[in-house]
Amino acid sequence: MKLDSKIPSGPVEKKWDNHRFNLKLVNPANKRKYTIIVVGTGLAGASAAASFGELGYNVLAFSYHESPRRAHSIAAQGGINAPKNYANDGDSIYRLFYDTVKGGDYRAREGNVYRLAQVSNSIIDQCVAQGVPFARDYAGYLDNRSFGGAQVSRTFYARGQTGQQLLLGAYSALCRQIDLGTVKFFPRREMLDVVLVDGQARGIVARNLVNGEIESYDAHAVVLATGGYANVFYLSTNAKASNATAIWRAYKKGAAFANPCYTQIHPTCIPQGGDYQSKLTLMSESLRNDGRIWVPKQKGDKRKPEEIPENERDYYLERLYPSFGNLVPRDVASRRAKEMCDKGFGVGPTSLAVYLDFGAAIKRLGKHVIEEKYGNLFDMYHEITAEDPYKTPMRIYPAVHYTMGGLWVDYNLMSSIPGMYVLGEANFSDHGANRLGASALMQGLADGYFIIPYTIGDYLATAKFPAVTSENPEFKAAKTELDGMVKRLMSINGKKSVEEFHRELGKIMWDNVGMARTKETLTRALQEIPKLREEFWQNVKVVGSANDLNADLERAGRVADFIELGELLARDALHREESCGGHFRVEHQTEDGEAKRNDENFSYVAAWEYAGLEKAPILNKEPLSFEDVKPSQRSYK
Amino acid sequence: MNVTLKVWRQKSKNEPGRFVSYAVRNVSPDASFLEMLDVLNVELVKKGEEPIAFDHDCREGICGSCGIVIDGRAHGPGRGAATCELRMRSFREGDTIVAEPWRAAPFPVIKDLIVDRTAMDRIMYAGGYVSAKTGGVPDGNAILIPKPVADEAMDAASCIGCGACVAACPNSSAMLFVGAKVSQLALLPQGKVEAKRRVERMVDQMDKEGFGNCSNNYACEAECPKEISVTHIARLNMEFLKTTVA
Repeated sequence: MKLDSKIPSGPVEKKWDNHRFNLKLVNPANKRKYTIIVVGTGLAGASAAASFGELGYNVLAFSYHESPRRAHSIAAQGGINAPKNYANDGDSIYRLFYDTVKGGDYRAREGNVYRLAQVSNSIIDQCVAQGVPFARDYAGYLDNRSFGGAQVSRTFYARGQTGQQLLLGAYSALCRQIDLGTVKFFPRREMLDVVLVDGQARGIVARNLVNGEIESYDAHAVVLATGGYANVFYLSTNAKASNATAIWRAYKKGAAFANPCYTQIHPTCIPQGGDYQSKLTLMSESLRNDGRIWVPKQKGDKRKPEEIPENERDYYLERLYPSFGNLVPRDVASRRAKEMCDKGFGVGPTSLAVYLDFGAAIKRLGKHVIEEKYGNLFDMYHEITAEDPYKTPMRIYPAVHYTMGGLWVDYNLMSSIPGMYVLGEANFSDHGANRLGASALMQGLADGYFIIPYTIGDYLATAKFPAVTSENPEFKAAKTELDGMVKRLMSINGKKSVEEFHRELGKIMWDNVGMARTKETLTRALQEIPKLREEFWQNVKVVGSANDLNADLERAGRVADFIELGELLARDALHREESCGGHFRVEHQTEDGEAKRNDENFSYVAAWEYAGLEKAPILNKEPLSFEDVKPSQRSYK
Repeated sequence: MNVTLKVWRQKSKNEPGRFVSYAVRNVSPDASFLEMLDVLNVELVKKGEEPIAFDHDCREGICGSCGIVIDGRAHGPGRGAATCELRMRSFREGDTIVAEPWRAAPFPVIKDLIVDRTAMDRIMYAGGYVSAKTGGVPDGNAILIPKPVADEAMDAASCIGCGACVAACPNSSAMLFVGAKVSQLALLPQGKVEAKRRVERMVDQMDKEGFGNCSNNYACEAECPKEISVTHIARLNMEFLKTTVA
């Protein structure tokens, strides 16, 4: 496979302007003759579909939800970055670009990141115009707050519900286009395959989740905006339905999958309560500003935290990192918590948690100050655990919540399949090995509102499109194959539920491919995952019918794909003999336990190419070069 | 803890449904109500029975997917929380818990506890937006909005579109849902330009879908997981009235 990133030449701040001028345009009167399929209607998908509709294209939008407003983008809390410099604190496009490249541990493309920083200001303007109720100050101006990984206040927010408000903004723009008839929305449809005709993406095959019909839709281009794959770990902060089926099936049709091993872990989540646990809940990292993290000095100490005297507590972050203490970066805090629990010092019913104690802060500042700062979070914690964090320490544990890897795309956001584009978390493009806070919303909307509407036109204006309808043999073959897959899943009638397989996969992934990876654990995962895959196809039990709404059947297909993706993730992690951002190899760390990159050998995008189920995938490398931001050791000292 | 779950089972829209009772054993009081359903569903699957179908996704009370009438109340006991935020410790040992889908004519049952809420989307298609196209908009700070106004708009905008207001209302009214959007956009300068057309079209669509009118029962506010105030229904009425006099 030949990977051409198509990064325009010239200075970084001119690349996008020059490129936009060079892109070919589709005549306004001709736009309605082109049909674009958009799969997924979260931030990236809804904003893209709405913008295509406004331009005059004929748009078909698909979601497995009943409504676009249910997409997981809605759960993002913190905010969205834009270098407006409203705070007059020295922010600029260049600074956001610099912070993002550095935060990504020098594994992102400079050209892409600069463009992201450039268009991000327009996103804020767009959302305000839509009626998104961003926080305001008393003069009526937009308010900002600061966020991790940056020394300026550039984060715009709408209480703790920024994702919700931005998604509802994009949803409203989409509603308008649906009303105007430019966009047709297909609810409760799950894309199961992308259809290629003469090597071009010309449509999709989707299952109608209400009646089980496999339906075919043809188009001139296909846009995937189907989110990330954190649920490969079973327990993550992702929504329950979030899955990788769309991107995985596209991978098997020839789209390269880039950097699957870049996964992000968040240190302050509410720990698992028991085996019944279905997902994890994230709490803002800001808690670490006032909370002290500790475990008992004695292994397996089952006393209540209040009963453990001060001298029998190990404030291990303060001990190991005297200068940064509890405010070490996300990845370090996460790994140390896991390490303490692995050594037997964990607390709570599952021993997979550490304490985050506000006792000292309450004594020092008073309860009212803590209440003002963190009241919402304390209430949420109380509701979930039935423990009052004003009286007893919180229990926290890290959890997976975002995946930086995804389908490989070029500067135009086109995958390695001509005519198939990938947006938002589903692609790999802008965050490198680690995403900074408040950047996910920014990237999803940048892709959808301000990048893809330009770049797709160039393809539609220049590519040749032989006449294709959903009656073409390629669609029929895809439908036959999927009917067969559904039948196969329904007929295995084994002994284990889909849920159990997913939990087992999650355990393999978390234990071996989680926060701290070694050659040994990764090799083990690569032995266990294929075994699980084999067992799945012999012993899974899917009940009910294929001709009505069957959540069990839906999940069976998704879990089958997760098992395969898990294997690729482990393989990528094994091959990357360095630590960078969200990928931590125990063998490669500095004396302080920081990620140690190997720029000489691994400064590239690893784009994997499918070669068949029983064959090793082919590794393609896209070299990364840094002309503006000089790679250095990320340091928090 | 051990409870009995009496749950509505209905194969599809056109087939009659009925209550079926299940004994749920050894469920942790810390488990959520939906996790209790997960555990029961795995048992059902292993016995070769169809699991109970229910809508859910984020399980953090923000996506609006879940919605079950539990013991006669939309989203179950307690206030200000969606079904997914309900914990088993809200019930007592030995309780019989009754779980039903949203019951309202505009929300036909798809299966078991899942209903079709696309009627709410169609109301939004009719006008739940500011017609701002991508690009060509002024700088965010060019539109000044007093903080109290922005805050009140945010209160209204926090609606998660779950439909609990409709399920709780004896008249199956969607006026809290519609009022929340009309009010949000009527409060903001960006929304004022199209205020008249918006409220006319949204109310018209709401009527077409078969939702009832507000009868000042206020159960909607009581059951709303985001505790959205009925004041927004008052603003909806005011905005609607303005279209008839201006």
